[in-house]
Amino acid sequence: MLQIENLTKTFDPGTVNEKKVIDRLNLQISAGDFITVIGGNGAGKSTMLNLICGVYPADGGKIILAGNEIQDMPEHKRAKDFGRVFQDPLMGTAANMQLAENLALAFRRGKRRGLSWGISEEERELYRKRLATLGLGLEDRLNDKIGLLSGGQRQAVTLLMATLNAPKLLLLDEHTAALDPNTAEIVLNLTDQIIREQKLTALMVTHNMQAAIDHGNRLIMMDKGNIIYDVRGPEKQKLKVEDLLRLFQELSGGSGFSDSMLG
Amino acid sequence: MQFLLAVEGAIAQGLLWSVLALGSYLTFRLLNFTDMTVDGSFTTGACVTAICIVNGIPPILALLVSLLAGGIAGAITGFLHNKLEIPEVLAGILTQISLYSINLRILGRANQQLLQYDTIFKQLQNLLAEIGLKLSSDRVAIIIGLIFVTIVIVVLYWFFGTEIGSIIRATGNNEAMVRALGQNTENTKFIALIIANSCIALAGSLVGMYQGAADVGMGAGAIVIGLASIVIGEVILRRVIAFGSKMVAVVIGSIIYRIIVALVLQLGLSTNDLKLLTAIIVALALFLPNAVSKHNAKKARELAARETRDA
Ligand SMILES: Nc1ncnc2c1ncn2[C@@H]1O[C@H](COP(=O)(O)OP(=O)(O)OP(=O)(O)O)[C@@H](O)[C@H]1O
Ligand SMILES: [Mg+2]
Repeated sequence: MLQIENLTKTFDPGTVNEKKVIDRLNLQISAGDFITVIGGNGAGKSTMLNLICGVYPADGGKIILAGNEIQDMPEHKRAKDFGRVFQDPLMGTAANMQLAENLALAFRRGKRRGLSWGISEEERELYRKRLATLGLGLEDRLNDKIGLLSGGQRQAVTLLMATLNAPKLLLLDEHTAALDPNTAEIVLNLTDQIIREQKLTALMVTHNMQAAIDHGNRLIMMDKGNIIYDVRGPEKQKLKVEDLLRLFQELSGGSGFSDSMLG
Repeated sequence: MQFLLAVEGAIAQGLLWSVLALGSYLTFRLLNFTDMTVDGSFTTGACVTAICIVNGIPPILALLVSLLAGGIAGAITGFLHNKLEIPEVLAGILTQISLYSINLRILGRANQQLLQYDTIFKQLQNLLAEIGLKLSSDRVAIIIGLIFVTIVIVVLYWFFGTEIGSIIRATGNNEAMVRALGQNTENTKFIALIIANSCIALAGSLVGMYQGAADVGMGAGAIVIGLASIVIGEVILRRVIAFGSKMVAVVIGSIIYRIIVALVLQLGLSTNDLKLLTAIIVALALFLPNAVSKHNAKKARELAARETRDA
């Protein structure tokens, strides 16, 4: 479904800050995969996601989505295939616009926008139904500005927005990291539920090792711009947090292990 | 009595200039873009209208040509920012400065009187006189101001409710999100700059006809006057949040600004000091809400301290 070949990215090339962040990375994602991504700070997880959706261009390598090379397309042209939720709850929504307006913007992701009214009555009904599935009481707040919602509520809405019209690939970058443990749990379960119900393909970066084991059918571990461990199916289900820590020590050559891996 | 007449004049000016303030509101507030094109595009509006009228083009058509010219000015700022990657403030300043030369070219001189020519103000005044309604030129200007402000607000309200308009509003909130939703933020900024500067040139056209002259220096400080209207409107109507009411607040702010100006002129202030006064008003209007919220926060802390002490 998505194929990454020899992807490479260096930040600030030719300066003292030069940093090779993604180094000839290869990854094959099959339709229906729900992959959790772990790795220490600076391993290149966010950069990989940003390269996939084109926030900045790759220096080399290919990204092939459903047979088409997309690595040279600008971000806004790729957007129709990707749903994204960021770590920062402020980043996924427009604070000064209503809840319904935000959903309407997302509903038109990747479509041509014209001079018809930005939101229709039927849509409102649809949004009310979808919001109700979140179980956060947001279905009664369609006309509230998003800025009035809490971080967890905003993140749940962003998740809904990202999956409103089934994306080919859902990219989640530590989307529960800024939330309190309780809310994080709720949003994480919602994520799982939405991915299963809509049979989405997803990449979820997390620092929560237990969550990385509990969710999804496949787990990859990144270090220094590459994938150092890739496991799926029953073998993944059997993993324990201690196993992951030990594997990380071994595979990364014992270097650079940080407490941040524990989240 | 004399002051009442001055107030009528102030309302007329406030309404006409509010079209500029609405344009500035779009860039400054909705798009979150500090557009410095304003002084130039306002003057362009007046100059284009003047030269059209002098060359026998009907005033209402002249007004439409001005609208177009303003749109081009906005497009140039958009081009400089989007394609040449010049920072937004500088892009606007560059357009503004070049428009000074261009406006001189358009007008062919520094100043063009319109007193002996027909304008939409004189046309309406004559029309009303024919049906037996003799109105002062200020009252005619109020009518025309109301008509144009209503048209502009209705059109903007419609446009910013459409799919394209919504994504422009979102651009002002969160550019990363807009790109993630598949829209080119360069395009959304471009469209907003064109619309905003069209409004501003329309205001220049109206004000030029109302004053009976176009002058290449008439736009100096227009941007601050627009800002003054926006912030006065925001301070006075603090609680409104809907887009339509916010635009009405801008218009009210513009009228109040003109009434303040009329008042201080009556009190003997020289017109030369007006720009200084305007800057002070803007500074105060921007400072006051902050001061109030700081004061309230302090009060809340004191209250909390007292409650802990008493407990
Ligand atoms: N836009 C940028 N310009 C320069 N350097 C960058 C940029 N973005 C990321 N980097 C650097 O690239 C490296 C990898 O960053 P990245 O954000 O991909 O790590 P990560 O695996 O997501 O880490 P974390 O777990 O902390 O989020 C880091 O050293 C970071 O400083
Ligand atoms: Mg990251």
